[in-house]
Amino acid sequence: MDVIGQQMANASNLGDAPAKSEHRPGSGIATEEKRKQKKTISQEVMLSVRDLEVSFKTFGGEVQAIRGVSFDLYKGETLAVVGESGCGKSVTANTIMGLIPQPPGRIRNGEVIFKNRDLTKLNKKALREIQGVDISMIFQDPMTALNPTLKIGEQLIEGLRTHHKVSRAEAKRKAVEMLTLVGISNPEERLKQYPHQFSGGMRQRIVIAIALICEPELLIADEPTTALDVTIQAQILELFDEIQHKTGVGVILITHDLGVVAKIADRIAVMYAGKIIEIGNKREIFYNPQHPYTQGLLNSVPRLDLQEEELKPIEGTPPDLFAPPEGCPFAARCPYAMEVCDRIYPATTQLTSQHTVDCWLQDPRAKAVLS
Amino acid sequence: MPLYILKRFIMMIVTVLIIATLTFVLMRAIPGSPFDEERTSNPTIQANLEKFYKLDQPMPIQYLNYLKSIVTFDYGPSIKKPNESVNTLLARGFPISFELGMATIIVAVISGIILGTFAALRHNGIIDYGAMTFAVVGISIPNFVLATLLIQQVAVNWQLLPPATWSSPKHMILPVIALATGPTAIIARLTRASMLEVLTQDYIKMARAKGLTPFRIVARHALRNALMPVVTIMGTMLAGILTGTFVIEKIFAIPGMGKYFVDSINNRDYPVIMGSTVFYSAFLVFMLFLVDIAYGFLDPRIKLHKKEGEV
Repeated sequence: MDVIGQQMANASNLGDAPAKSEHRPGSGIATEEKRKQKKTISQEVMLSVRDLEVSFKTFGGEVQAIRGVSFDLYKGETLAVVGESGCGKSVTANTIMGLIPQPPGRIRNGEVIFKNRDLTKLNKKALREIQGVDISMIFQDPMTALNPTLKIGEQLIEGLRTHHKVSRAEAKRKAVEMLTLVGISNPEERLKQYPHQFSGGMRQRIVIAIALICEPELLIADEPTTALDVTIQAQILELFDEIQHKTGVGVILITHDLGVVAKIADRIAVMYAGKIIEIGNKREIFYNPQHPYTQGLLNSVPRLDLQEEELKPIEGTPPDLFAPPEGCPFAARCPYAMEVCDRIYPATTQLTSQHTVDCWLQDPRAKAVLS
Repeated sequence: MPLYILKRFIMMIVTVLIIATLTFVLMRAIPGSPFDEERTSNPTIQANLEKFYKLDQPMPIQYLNYLKSIVTFDYGPSIKKPNESVNTLLARGFPISFELGMATIIVAVISGIILGTFAALRHNGIIDYGAMTFAVVGISIPNFVLATLLIQQVAVNWQLLPPATWSSPKHMILPVIALATGPTAIIARLTRASMLEVLTQDYIKMARAKGLTPFRIVARHALRNALMPVVTIMGTMLAGILTGTFVIEKIFAIPGMGKYFVDSINNRDYPVIMGSTVFYSAFLVFMLFLVDIAYGFLDPRIKLHKKEGEV
């Protein structure tokens, strides 16, 4: 082990950041991966995140919440971003949406390319013309995401009327249409009601309707089902599916619930300690996970078909992002850790056209040494 | 809703009745009588006077007479100024006090909310520190001290504004500033605190994600939710301001209720004390009632009526 580590360290005078060019998944989404026939995922990249680094100033120092995140989103696909609490999922979503408060937040590096524009460089006014129009967001808790003192009709149409010159009547007609789309009966009556007159699941439907009313191309859903009970979760996921078929909207789904991922994601990005450590299509991640963390994550899901009494957690805790480790952040918890893992962050290895992983075990040089 | 108002109305009457009774008891518990000063008066005159004002009757009868005067809204003539009834005194003094009080509360609410909102939006910035420094100073300085300082500087040294009396809008400026500074400071602090809390709420983040303008987010989404605590203290604050006017009226020589009220207590002028106390308490109780109604308008979740529940 020692020798291998030494050799690998020598072999790699690496730039420590993930290499840029080889990171892009190749073209050609395998058609057999499509969950349903109707759904069409084009090969056109609609959103491209490159080397994004965001940190937050706190009294204790600067937290490096995300430390170099890169991924592409194709038109009409659902990309799930999974990982444990504090790994930077929500920060990634909020950065794309332009909702990082600065200060204390700071985008240290990287770009978010959408429609040939870098969203991180736009001024607030230009950003507002994209927020809610081209990119919309769905929040975790529908109980708090709606303003308790405004009628839901008002909350539905205000975004539309801010961005498009439509009459009140026209906006109302559109609002009724949206409520029907998300499966709320009696939409005309419902528009005049306040959020407290709706149940949690209904409210999440309204939040989705609000997000979709300007017909965005990209929908960012930050744990949209976490606050709902299981039966409602299933309904909301059905709704997501249905809407994506109808509108062809691209979805970034932030979640820690692998069940949700299995149901609606096309591709999955696994985040750990502010980095995407593995990304691939659903089949690859679920059946052929390559990063030890992804494996641990999947192993920790309780299974009903096996006679095991205890959960299998990943031992240890994630690293402190005030002072993130130089090498692989998972090394301290990784059962296969080598010496090199502690020292140098692994380069991104392309496994298949869509599947990449940041792990020394998969590095071609490691395989060369072993064989 | 009508049932709620009826209930509240009965409660209001009971409250006023309790205040009236306490006033009566306290008033009679203070040693002395309205005729003490006239040392030379002989016992016969004294007895006649007492008879005229029905003060010779036993306490329970006096109490009943007093209740009757409340219900009929006829407190009879003042003892010290026999040719003026309590009602004329009220009619002359109260509108001026009311004007001063209302001007104060309007100034305090508007400037307090603006100050607090900007402080919250520029949290930990210069505006925030400036506003909060003002707030601490404003809360700390008693209004009568501020009043004298204002008269000395603005009216006497700079000769910018009249120092006293109540005859033109110009005369209102100094007393209103003196009276409004404290409440403004309190409202500013309260608004800032509750605004800071509201601004971290998910629905504000959602409003930002909709791409709304910052003005709309604050005015439409944040402010209304942030104002609940302000409305809550409005009731008690109103009481404070209206009674606070008494001192300010004295300093600025404003011919409002304050003068009559204080004089009447010093002179044991029973009808005036009773009349003005009951009138003021009824007014305040009514204002508190309005504040409660205002809740319902600000926050639809607060239901003033019980049934007619959810859909």
